[in-house]
Amino acid sequence: MAKNESGKADIVPANSAEATGTGVVAPDAFANPGLPPHRPRVTDLDPKAAKRAERVVYVLFYLSIAASVFAVYAYMFFPIEPENVHSVRMNTLYLGLGIAFSLLAIGIAAVHWGKAVMSDKEAIDHRHPVRGTEETRARAVEIFRESDEESGFSRRTLIRNGLIGALIAFPLPAIALFRGLAPMDVDPNNELKHTFWKKGMRLTRDPQGTPIKASELTIGSAFQVIPEGLVDLPEHEMLDAKAKAAVLLVRLKKEDLNWTSEERESWSYEGIVAYSKICTHVGCPVALYEQQTHHLLCPCHQSQFDIANECAVIFGPAARPLPQLPITVDAEGYLVATSDFTEPVGPSFWERAN
Amino acid sequence: MSNVTAPAQSGVVGKFSNYLDERTSISGAVKEFGRKVFPDHWSFLLGEVALYSFVIILLTGSFLTFFFQASMTPVHYEGSYVPLKGIEMSAAMASTLDISFDIRGGLLMRQIHHWAALLFVASIGLHMLRVFFTGAFRKPRELNWSIGFVLFVLAMAEGFTGYSLPDDLLSGNGLRIIDGMVLGLPVVGTWITFLLFGGEFPGSDIVGRLYSLHILLLPAFVLIFIVLHLMFVIIHKHTQYPGPGKTEENVVGFPILPVYAAKAGGFFFLVFGVVALIGATVTINPIWNYGPYDPSPVSAGTQPDWYIGFADGALRLVPPHLETYWFGYTWSWNIIIPVLLLVVFLAAAFAYPFVEAWVTGDKREHHLLDRPRNAPVRTAIGAAGVTFYAVLWAAASSDIIATHFKVTMEGVINTLQIMLIVAPIIAFMTAKRIALALQKKDREILLHGFETGRVVRLPGGEYTEVHQQLDAYDRWQLVSYNDNAPIMLRPNPQGKITAGMRMRASMSRFFFEDRIAPVSQEEYKQALEHAHH
Repeated sequence: MAKNESGKADIVPANSAEATGTGVVAPDAFANPGLPPHRPRVTDLDPKAAKRAERVVYVLFYLSIAASVFAVYAYMFFPIEPENVHSVRMNTLYLGLGIAFSLLAIGIAAVHWGKAVMSDKEAIDHRHPVRGTEETRARAVEIFRESDEESGFSRRTLIRNGLIGALIAFPLPAIALFRGLAPMDVDPNNELKHTFWKKGMRLTRDPQGTPIKASELTIGSAFQVIPEGLVDLPEHEMLDAKAKAAVLLVRLKKEDLNWTSEERESWSYEGIVAYSKICTHVGCPVALYEQQTHHLLCPCHQSQFDIANECAVIFGPAARPLPQLPITVDAEGYLVATSDFTEPVGPSFWERAN
Repeated sequence: MSNVTAPAQSGVVGKFSNYLDERTSISGAVKEFGRKVFPDHWSFLLGEVALYSFVIILLTGSFLTFFFQASMTPVHYEGSYVPLKGIEMSAAMASTLDISFDIRGGLLMRQIHHWAALLFVASIGLHMLRVFFTGAFRKPRELNWSIGFVLFVLAMAEGFTGYSLPDDLLSGNGLRIIDGMVLGLPVVGTWITFLLFGGEFPGSDIVGRLYSLHILLLPAFVLIFIVLHLMFVIIHKHTQYPGPGKTEENVVGFPILPVYAAKAGGFFFLVFGVVALIGATVTINPIWNYGPYDPSPVSAGTQPDWYIGFADGALRLVPPHLETYWFGYTWSWNIIIPVLLLVVFLAAAFAYPFVEAWVTGDKREHHLLDRPRNAPVRTAIGAAGVTFYAVLWAAASSDIIATHFKVTMEGVINTLQIMLIVAPIIAFMTAKRIALALQKKDREILLHGFETGRVVRLPGGEYTEVHQQLDAYDRWQLVSYNDNAPIMLRPNPQGKITAGMRMRASMSRFFFEDRIAPVSQEEYKQALEHAHH
C-alpha cells in the first residue's frame, strides 16, 4: 500500500492494474479545486435575522410544552364513552394532535437551531484504510498461530474433530423438540384428505345451520352451505372443520350443465350442484358468484371456475377444478350429501396425488 | 491519577462528569466521536427515517402489548363497539377491539404503530435504492449491504406477523394464503404448515406463535442487525457525494456535537410527529369493519399491506393449470414458480455488490458516491429491478385496477404477465440511454460552456451566442467520476483462458462497453482553443 506525504497508508492503493481492476485513472485528469469558499448565511450577516432565528427556536420549544399539556388535557376531557364511536374519534384526534404538535415543534425547533443558529462551517475528517495496519495484521496472525500451537488445535486432530462433531450434534435435540409444534398422533395427510361431510348429512345454511329443501332453490340462486351439526362443534373445531367443509350450492337449468360422466351427473340433483368453496389455489373462499355467466370467482387471486363445466378452471392461477360434493334429497325433500368429497379440497399439497 | 491536567471539575455538571468518567472512561468516547463529521444530504436521511420508525414501533408496540391478548380462545365480545356485541370471536380480536374502542389513546397507538410499520419498510426500501443507485455498496461496504438486506427481509417478516395478530377476517385470509402457499412447496410443505399452525388451518395456536415471533424473536434480530449496521457506518465513516474539496480520503460535513445532535435528534421528533399526525387523522386497518375470522366469507378487493403486495402479485400472475403429478406426488408449479421468482429476485439484490466487485475487479475503497448517470449499466439494472417489482406490485391490485378503470380482469392480468417480462427490458434500455445522454450533456457543457442567452454581432456581421465556461468548482462536479473500461481478454500466466475469465470479460463488456470517459485537461484545453478561433 502506498504511503502519502504524511507517511500514512493511502486509502486508494497505488494505481496498479491489480488494485483498480477495470477502473481507469486518467493521467491528465483535472485536479480537485478544494472546498469552495464558505458562504455566510443570512443569520451570520444580519444580527436581526440571527435574533429572529433564536426566537423561533425557543418559541417552538415553549409551544411544544403547550401541545404536550394539551394532549394530557385531551386525554382527560375527551374521554371514551361506552358505545359512543364519536367519543373514540374525538379522543384519538385531539390526543393525537396534541402529541403530534408537541413532537413536531421539538423537531422543527431543533433542526432550525442546527441549521440557522449553530455554526455552519464545514468540518473535515480524515479517513483511514479500513484494513488494519500491517503491524496489527501480522500480530493477529501471530496470535492465532500461537494459540493454535498452545492448544494443539490443528495438531491434535482427535480433539478438534471431536469438538466439531459434538458442536454439530448438540443442536439436534432442539430440532426434535420442535416436532411438538404439531400434535403427535395426527397425520396431516389423513386430515387434509377428509372433511366433515358424511353420507346422509344434510346441507345447511351458513351460519344458521338450518337445513335446505331442494324446492327452496330457484334457478340461478346460490346458498352458502355448511354441513349439518357443524354449528354445534366447539368454536375451534368448528373453524377447522368449516375451513374444509364450506360449500357453495347453486341451481342452474339442467340443460346448462355439462358432465364428463354419468356418475358425475348423478352427484347433482335437478340442476342443483354443490361445490367446495375453498379455492384449489391457496385456499381463499371462492365467494363471488356471477349469475349470468355461472362463473365463480376467487377474490384473492382471481381464479375463475365454470359451474356449467364441473367447475373447471377458466382463468387465474388455480390448477384444478373445485371438488364437487355429491348430493341428493332425503325423504323429506332436504338436500343431503351422498358421501364426503371424493378428493381432497383446498390447496394442493405434496402428498395429495391425483 | 492523570486527571491533574483535566479542566476544573467545579459545579454539578463537572462533578457528575468526573464521577461518570472515572467509572466508564466516557471521555474517550466523547473525544473519539463527539466531533465526528457527517456529510449532509437529504438522501442520507432515508436510513434515519427507517431507524426512527423502528423506535416509534418499539414505543407504541410496547404500549399495545400491555393490552393485547395473543390468544385464540373464543370469547363473546362485550365491549363498546355495538355492531359486534355478543359475537363470538377470539380473545386476540376482542382485545384488539378493546384497544380500539375502550382504552383512551389505544386506537391512536394502534394507528401510529401500523403507520410507522408501513413507513419502516418503505424507508428501508428507499434507503436501499439510494445506496444502490449511488454505488454506496462498493468496497468496503459490501457486508453492510448484506446486513441491510437482512433488515429489509426482517422488516417484512415483522410486518406480516403483526398484520396477522388481530385475527380478523382480513388477517385470517392472509394466513390462509400463506398456508396454501407453504402447502404447495415440494416435500416439506405439508409438514411445515402443520407444525406452524399446530395442526390444521386455522387451529388455535397460530396467533400466539406469531406473537412470540413478532414481539420477541424478530425485534431482537432487528435490533442486533441495526447495531451491526450502525457499527459499520462508524467504522467506514459515511460516504459522501463527489464535489469540490471532497476526496476518497476525507469526509466533509458537520460534527455530531452540536450540529448533528440537533439536526438528527430533531429529525427523530419530526418523523415521530408526522407519523403521530397521520395516526391521529387517518384510519388504518379498521378490523371492526371486517369482523372476526371465518373461513367462508371474504371481502372483495382485499389488499395486503403494501410491502407484501409484490409477493401476492407474483401469485396472481401465474397462468392456469400449472400443476403436475410426478412419481405419485403433486408438484404445484403455480406456487413453486412464484416462490422461486421472489427468492431469485431477492437473492439477486443481495448478491449484486459482490457481482459488480467481481466484474470490475476494483480493490480500492470507494467513499465518494457515484451519480447514477455515471454508472449507466448499474442504473439501468436498478431501473429494471424497480420495474419488475412494480409490475408484481401492480398485479396485487389487479382486481382494483380492473374495477377502477373499467377494464376486464383478464386483460389486466394478461397485460401484466407480458409486462413482467418486457417492461424491465424496456426500463433497462431507457435508463441506460438516459444516463449516457446525461453524461454526454455534462461533457458538452464542460467543453463548450453553457448558453448565456446573450447574442452578439461580430464585426463581420455574423451573430453568435456567447457561451460561458464553468468555474473550477462546477467543472470538478462534472469531471470527477469513477470511470471503467471493459477488460481485454488475455491469457493468464499459464497461457490459458478459463471459462471464468470469459464470463468476466463478457460481463465487463456488458457493463462498460458503452462508456463516456470524463473530460481530460488536454481535451478541455483543445476545446477552449477551438472556441477562440
